[in-house]
Amino acid sequence: MTPSAPIVEAREVSKRFGALVAVDRLSFAVPPGEIFGLVGPDGAGKTTTMRMLAGVMRPDGGQIVADGVDVLAHPEQAKRHISYMPQRFGLYEDLTVDENIRFYADLFDVPRDVRETRAAAMLAASDMLPFRKRLAGQLSGGMKQKLGLTCALVHTPKVVLLDEPTTGVDPLSRREFWQILYGLRAEGVALVISTAYLDEAERCDRLALLHGGRMVHCDTPAGLKARMPGAMLEVVSPEPRRARDALAGQPGVRGVLLIGIGLHVHVDAAGRSAGIAAALAAAGVPVSEIAEVAPSIEDLFVALLDNAETPA
Amino acid sequence: MKLRRIQAIAVKEALQIVRDPRSLMIALLVPLMQMVIFGYGVNLDIRHIPLCVLDHENGQQSRNLVARFAASNYFSLRRAAGSDREVAQALDEGDCGIALVIPADFSQRLNDGGRATVQALLDGTDSNTANIAAGYAKSVVAAFSAAAQLDAVQRRGGTLQTQTPVGVEARVWFNEALESRNFIVPGIVALVMAIVGAQLTSLTIAREWERGTMELLVSTPVQPMELMIGKLLPYFAVGLADAAICLGLAVFWFEVPFHGTVATLLFTSSLFLTVVLCIGYLVSVSIRSQVGASQVALLATMLPTTLLSGFSFPIEQMPAAVQAATFLVSARYYVEILKAVFLKGAGVVELAVPILCLALYAAVVVVLAARAFRKTLD
Repeated sequence: MTPSAPIVEAREVSKRFGALVAVDRLSFAVPPGEIFGLVGPDGAGKTTTMRMLAGVMRPDGGQIVADGVDVLAHPEQAKRHISYMPQRFGLYEDLTVDENIRFYADLFDVPRDVRETRAAAMLAASDMLPFRKRLAGQLSGGMKQKLGLTCALVHTPKVVLLDEPTTGVDPLSRREFWQILYGLRAEGVALVISTAYLDEAERCDRLALLHGGRMVHCDTPAGLKARMPGAMLEVVSPEPRRARDALAGQPGVRGVLLIGIGLHVHVDAAGRSAGIAAALAAAGVPVSEIAEVAPSIEDLFVALLDNAETPA
Repeated sequence: MKLRRIQAIAVKEALQIVRDPRSLMIALLVPLMQMVIFGYGVNLDIRHIPLCVLDHENGQQSRNLVARFAASNYFSLRRAAGSDREVAQALDEGDCGIALVIPADFSQRLNDGGRATVQALLDGTDSNTANIAAGYAKSVVAAFSAAAQLDAVQRRGGTLQTQTPVGVEARVWFNEALESRNFIVPGIVALVMAIVGAQLTSLTIAREWERGTMELLVSTPVQPMELMIGKLLPYFAVGLADAAICLGLAVFWFEVPFHGTVATLLFTSSLFLTVVLCIGYLVSVSIRSQVGASQVALLATMLPTTLLSGFSFPIEQMPAAVQAATFLVSARYYVEILKAVFLKGAGVVELAVPILCLALYAAVVVVLAARAFRKTLD
């Protein structure tokens, strides 16, 4: 097996719930040592995809391979090398941190000494050592997620699936969380992570943009940015909503996104700033600055999805 | 199957049981309360039937007869009526279950050596009680007749030659005192264990769904059989404690004579416990909400056990189709076993048939319960 051969691969995977197509012929492959991000709005099919990869939900069509094992044909065999962290905290709140870890280690048949070493190292890395005897239900949201990750990783998986792992987690815990993920990447683990935080998406090695169950784009964050046509203008204004209304239908304007200090305006080409300034002045909207900026993942996301929805 | 995974599940489940002392208390107190309520509430013995007497004669002999009724355990004199209307009223109002009407010529007919008749009026709305009351009344009257006859003979200077040629010496085996409680209480043990056993496990899977722990659990390599055995083991221990409470109350509180061995009781109770725990688990696997699972488990055990186990209604007297249905009620076998162990001192050899039936039943529900669990979310 060459280093670049994928560890986890989805081929034309589909899932329907009644009339709704949750995942539509989705294909991607993740090699060892890569963090692969699934990004998309609610209902894009992220969680369904994660569940199918984890072998806890059967797709209606397609194939999933994890570490050389066909997940659909041999889910139990595949599960030994997969670690899955569901979106909702799935540990036992009436068990202590140590008891939860021990439970998962035993289910994965992890030798006692290995469990002790790994658990101690991971708990230390996430500042959780003082809480080993605490009931999981009494942990903060961030600590719960770190405990979830510790449990999920106690059996040295080759594939790690994390469904929105940092939702409701404070920034400090999030940083520790990502440190652990980078450590896994260095060990050659293949990671698939879904996230609603687009700043977090920039930390991934590659990103898949999902929309309506389909993959709209898949590339590195830099590659995705390069795909964005036109340019991004940042308009600093105290009245962003009026500004947005004023720019609707202006020539060259493809999309407008409200941000804290004003607007991000997606235009079809560079050199549109003079026209924008004129339009805003005509509408009487106060503007303190207009500058061309590098697009954020969020801009990109909105722009690429707009493109996907309106076939040019 | 891996022993380590079974152990992991069992330890986890036991910790959860211990950490929830309120539920554990309920699991142990409910059977205690049910035993006491059912044990006192269900009583098929008929004693102290309220009696109304209309004595038209009010002579020595008639008063003797009434005294005999009043002295028996079966009747208690409630009313002395003065007219037929009063008798009718006493029965209509349900104030009395039986009325005794003694004619004015009672003594005269008796002394003439003729036949005297008394009338017994019964409230037939409860036909069972009426039947039994009529029987008791006949036996009181018969005893009175025998004494009267003897008296008459002696008065004429004769000797005691009046014995009935054939007499029945009835001796009841196994429940010498014919106390209905002695065969009802073992049945109640079965009823309480069926209800509590299924309740114990009915929540175990539904709880994992409701708390969101199931998604992670099914993503592990745990096998359905391992999960089931691991989950049932701690509840088996709780169930045995419940069985000990119920059986202990039967023996030491209700003083049901116990002629069997503890080993037979332990073995057969374990078998029955396996069945009811698995039924609860089966319900739990099928219904994802805790409330729903608990309700269904209650219905699935209480109704058939009450009606069809033979604990209160004799199976032999049911229509053939209903009798056939009782074979599907696991408590039927356990009730049969318990009664035999308690009252006859039966061992496993005598009970081979119901034990085998129960074992077969257990095997079927174990397989059904293990197969019912699917390790997927859809």
